[in-house]
Amino acid sequence: MSSTEKHEIASHELPATPLDPETQAARDEKIQVAMIGLCGCWGCTLSFLDMDENLLRLLEKVTITRSSLTDVKRIPHRCAIGFVEGGVANDENIETLEHFRENCDILISVGACAVWGGVPAMRNVVPLEECFEEAYLDVPTTEPDSEPRIPYHPDLPKITTKVYPCHEVVKMDYFIPGCPPDGEAIFKVLDDLVNGREVELPTSINRYD
Amino acid sequence: MSIRITIDGHEVIAQHGDRLVDVAADNGVYIPTLCYQRGKPCLGTCRACSVRVNGNVMAACTVPVSDGMEVEVNEPEVADMRKALVELLFAEGNHNCPSCEKSGRCELQAVGYEVGMMVSRFPYRFPVRERETAPEKLWLERDRCIFCQRCVEFVRDKETGRKIFSIDHRGTHASIEVDVALANKMPDEQVREAAELCPVGCIIEKGLGYNDPIGRRKFEIKSIRERALKRKHK
Repeated sequence: MSSTEKHEIASHELPATPLDPETQAARDEKIQVAMIGLCGCWGCTLSFLDMDENLLRLLEKVTITRSSLTDVKRIPHRCAIGFVEGGVANDENIETLEHFRENCDILISVGACAVWGGVPAMRNVVPLEECFEEAYLDVPTTEPDSEPRIPYHPDLPKITTKVYPCHEVVKMDYFIPGCPPDGEAIFKVLDDLVNGREVELPTSINRYD
Repeated sequence: MSIRITIDGHEVIAQHGDRLVDVAADNGVYIPTLCYQRGKPCLGTCRACSVRVNGNVMAACTVPVSDGMEVEVNEPEVADMRKALVELLFAEGNHNCPSCEKSGRCELQAVGYEVGMMVSRFPYRFPVRERETAPEKLWLERDRCIFCQRCVEFVRDKETGRKIFSIDHRGTHASIEVDVALANKMPDEQVREAAELCPVGCIIEKGLGYNDPIGRRKFEIKSIRERALKRKHK
């Protein structure tokens, strides 16, 4: 989200020590992958780590740019693959997802939230106003002397009325369902992509839960 | 009377009048079904078993085989049509597998895997449907009902033979209903049978859920395809 205070500096604008040229050159040759979590629980990103030793095989061919694992917060340059976890539940999610679409050749919806909304989409059958009331006004954990109120600040992302699957906001190229998908399923799709095979998720590892 | 039909170009021998879906299964060709159960009268409501018969799309559970019939099951266009039908069911209700008691033993979910569904091509509707919790031993999670009518037809009051479940209204207003007085008379095993009969997680037995650990659930032990093809012996 754009900063409202002019003197604020985003982390990617800070000066950084460049990598040694050899490491940088080796990375530049690899397939660039960017990862993001929108409205999800980061479980799919953890499942990415569940690839175990397959992760090492994959990392021979790919390098991860923006992700919660590398703590890089912007896509530094165009990427081949964008790994998107979580659905769209606020305006910051929309902005991030559009940024990914513009900067990645291929986008993958990973997990139930990205694919159809998932657990956050359970609020889609309740009016947004009631959700806020339940979360901030009628909540039993408020401080006794405080006046409960719905938080509002220009820097806070605005919540969308419904939670949307990623493909209803931008075009998504591939889908890996599951809550979360097994590391095996994530590896299969990424391995197919980096080796130029047609992506196929076999019935044996396709899961919706 | 023995007859010959072809399924995806392979000639098979069957008995005149046998149901196409059974003939296919007996010959190792899996056709997904959601409303149909072998040995029970055909309902023809879900259409998930749609195949092409002599060039026309038909629900395989409704078709008695006859001599010379040409059937296409796994031809890409008709296979995609079946996938689209399953995707419609997922878009129409709220099928939240991660939070569902029936996950792992749900026929809709298992058929979703078999048709290779990753996402629904149709916009998810997120309908608002109130759950029915009045009966003592079971409740209806209406979000998940696919209107197959299995419970309507096959679950009946032991004494009077009256229907216990029914569908009210039509189209988007359709709603699965239960006669609470009759439901409260259901013996425990009938409640369990009704919950088992439901191909989704709509009829849920109270006090039961998430009993089998992940990896040990019904369709994880044996897939719906294996189960359908295994019932060969009549």
